[in-house]
Amino acid sequence: MNELLNTFLFLPEQASTFAERVDRLHYFVVSVTMLSSLAVGTAAVFFFFRYRKRKPNQTTEYVVPSVKTEFLFVSLPLFFFLTWFVIGFRDFVFVSTPPKDAMDVYVMGKQWMWKFSYPEGPNGVNVLHVPANRPVRLLITSRDVLHSFFVPAFRIKMDAIPGRYTQTWFEATKPGTYQILCTEYCGLSHSKMLGEVVVLAPEEWDAWVKEQRKGALQNRQDALADLSLVPHPARMAEQGQKVAAEVGCFKCHTVNGEPHIGPTFLGLYGRTETLDTGRNIRVDEAWITQSMMDPGAHLVAGYPNVMPTYQGKLTGPQTAAIVEYIKTLRTPDIRTGASQGPTYEPIQ
Amino acid sequence: MSPSSSIAAEPGAVPAPDEHHEHHPSYLVDGTTVKSWLLTLDHKRIGVMYLIWVLLFFLIGGIYALIVRLELLTPGPTIIDAMTYNRAFTMHGVVMIFLFMIPAIPGAFGNFMLPLMLGAKDVAFPRLNLLSLYLLLTGAFIAIWGMINGGMDTGWTFYTPYSTHTTTTVAPILFGAFIIGFSSIATGLNFIVTTHTMRAPGITWFKMPLFVWAMYATACIQVLATPVLGLVLLLVVGEHLFHFGIFDPAQGGDPVLFQHLFWFYSHPAVYIMVLPAFGVMSEVVAAFSRKNIFGYRAVAFSSLGIAFVGFFAWGHHMFVSGQSTFNAGVFAVLTMLVGVFTAIKVFNWVGTVYKGAVDFKTPFAYFCGFLYFTVFGGMTGVAFATASLDVPWHDTYFVVAHFHFIMVGATIMAFMAALHYWFPKMFGKMYHEGWGLVSAALIILGFNATFIPQFLLGNAGMPRRYYEYPERFQTLNVASTAGASLLAFGFLISAIYLTYALVYGRRAASNPWRSRGYEWMTESPPPTHNFVGPQPTYSEEPHFYVEPQKAEVPDAV
Repeated sequence: MNELLNTFLFLPEQASTFAERVDRLHYFVVSVTMLSSLAVGTAAVFFFFRYRKRKPNQTTEYVVPSVKTEFLFVSLPLFFFLTWFVIGFRDFVFVSTPPKDAMDVYVMGKQWMWKFSYPEGPNGVNVLHVPANRPVRLLITSRDVLHSFFVPAFRIKMDAIPGRYTQTWFEATKPGTYQILCTEYCGLSHSKMLGEVVVLAPEEWDAWVKEQRKGALQNRQDALADLSLVPHPARMAEQGQKVAAEVGCFKCHTVNGEPHIGPTFLGLYGRTETLDTGRNIRVDEAWITQSMMDPGAHLVAGYPNVMPTYQGKLTGPQTAAIVEYIKTLRTPDIRTGASQGPTYEPIQ
Repeated sequence: MSPSSSIAAEPGAVPAPDEHHEHHPSYLVDGTTVKSWLLTLDHKRIGVMYLIWVLLFFLIGGIYALIVRLELLTPGPTIIDAMTYNRAFTMHGVVMIFLFMIPAIPGAFGNFMLPLMLGAKDVAFPRLNLLSLYLLLTGAFIAIWGMINGGMDTGWTFYTPYSTHTTTTVAPILFGAFIIGFSSIATGLNFIVTTHTMRAPGITWFKMPLFVWAMYATACIQVLATPVLGLVLLLVVGEHLFHFGIFDPAQGGDPVLFQHLFWFYSHPAVYIMVLPAFGVMSEVVAAFSRKNIFGYRAVAFSSLGIAFVGFFAWGHHMFVSGQSTFNAGVFAVLTMLVGVFTAIKVFNWVGTVYKGAVDFKTPFAYFCGFLYFTVFGGMTGVAFATASLDVPWHDTYFVVAHFHFIMVGATIMAFMAALHYWFPKMFGKMYHEGWGLVSAALIILGFNATFIPQFLLGNAGMPRRYYEYPERFQTLNVASTAGASLLAFGFLISAIYLTYALVYGRRAASNPWRSRGYEWMTESPPPTHNFVGPQPTYSEEPHFYVEPQKAEVPDAV
């Protein structure tokens, strides 16, 4: 019955505890709606034929409803509406109240991607990994305009509002991959702001978490490793990352998009920055290099002039390696098509 | 409520047209210069001018709708780019709501019929009436200028902070809507005062036609709610141009505050659109069933009830906007009450047909469509109000389909029914009944074919305002676009035969429907001052089709 109605109503599969609850009310409301439409429709059609006009200028009886009839007109719909309200509001309270033992995931919407971060470490972009059969609370906010986090298979939705956190929760019932859609209009690429929830079986989840922690640790060690103790990396960018860590760039510059003491490296290359003189410049290799050697020359507006010069502290190849490294830190493109696995940002 | 015992031989009777015709030409020919139309103070001419303009705006909004539907034929880009698409759906919404749905029935038919139904010579403030038309046009042209020079891509809801950050032309369009608001307030004020002060002897409050009751309830909303829209639109314009920081969290503002203010107007605005439609249908069902309305007071009071409760339901637009759970519950229950009042009306309309004498003409065909859209659209509204069902449906195509059914479907059905029912009253010509029924059938079928797939798309999870969509949604989108073409074809047929009827149509009798609505108690088209000779008096309630000898035994069911 559930399967049949699900197909008939074009509903997506039910993959959360809330989905099952809300669909039950859906079936109840839709079937009463259909039946009452049919009843009103049939009554109307019957009346049209039974009481069709038989002669021009026909007169009719003066009919008014009795109090009993009027009472029925009010009480019948009211009875159904209030019943639905009681069921619906109970479910709404259910979805608005995350269980105390829920696992937290922070969700940040920005034009036009979703970022997820777990308190224990790893970050994800557009792909959210969660364990099955365990409540997950989402703490949602936005970096720019309104977005809305919607997973049709879970039947949950919550707006992402800049400047405040909203919350919702779900408990996925079966492992699989489910689409995330943005349902609050957010500009040009609103319809491309897609993501995925990957629900993992408990053992797979444990393995995934372990791997993420290892990866995070590895990244950190690599970044902090002494340049002289490891063989030269083949790629300039990797070398640049090590140099940058060594000389202390990351004390003031982040690579995850957050502005710190200095502008973030993420997406810096090619970005248009407003300088303190009011002039706009497009960040290129020349500007990055100059900013390393003479940081006060073209200062980005809003940041203090506190960076020391690296003139003489960096060799030519090291400077180039850092520039190359910065060039690789791009805002991930909005992906289309099937998932190609998670894209993780380096942890610093 | 019980009918008066003194029955005239033919309540719908009209003074013999010939004897006064020389001295009292119809309003259509009383003055033929352009100036006599553009600067007229006659409510009927103003009504006709409103009709012409809202039809033009309907055409513009309809073209935008077709562009949107064509774009959605394929999952990827089809005919336009994303930016153009975003502007197109915004303009579809803005034009249809502010320039068609809100002014259409009150502006065109309210202006024309309200004084006639009250036995008055005109509305209370004829100059204000003319001003309201020109305010509408001023606002409309400023908004259309903005659409041509840049356009706007925020959606008709103008949600901040997107609307204060977008690079498109927000200011002129919002300012246009701000001016249109004054037009709406002026019309509302005029109708309230007219209803209170201009009723002819014999028309007590409970003998007023139900269309007047509906217009009265609408006018109350217009006067009370529209100022809030004006406020919020000005704040958005200010925020966009001068960075006030009221709604932008980066400056300490609150984007949800915008939603509260916006829906405080825009939810009652739904009833500004649909209550006049309910009023028209109360007239049409009585006239074409040839019966008094079943439960007159229930229908009249439910209009006021909807207008009142409508003010306290706005929070149901924010069930997933971070509003508290308690608020959601309160707004959910209050929204249910709107459903109850609407259900009272529906039952009473069906009850009106009971023991009637149904004349299945074009307006009655639209009544059938209306009944269906109201029941189905209204019930989906109640489903939304359960709060939990709103969570998956919110901002999906289910919402789009729901409000197109209840708000647009009901209003379009009523607008078309009014146009056909009052066509002989307004223009003294008769349209072709056969074509009327054909186009009504096409429009009702087309409407269903357009929006039933959208209900299903919403169930499947397709969000609204999507330029591209996952491929699994394509079949239903193609079905919806096909339905929209059928709908457009239906309107095209109507436009052709109505224009033909206007020019070449046969002369209609003064009361071709033999309706006993009050507005038919004068000639068609009426003379400039509506009534020839002394002001008429009204002995029975409107739509009183009882045989004189049976009049004293009301039959309660």
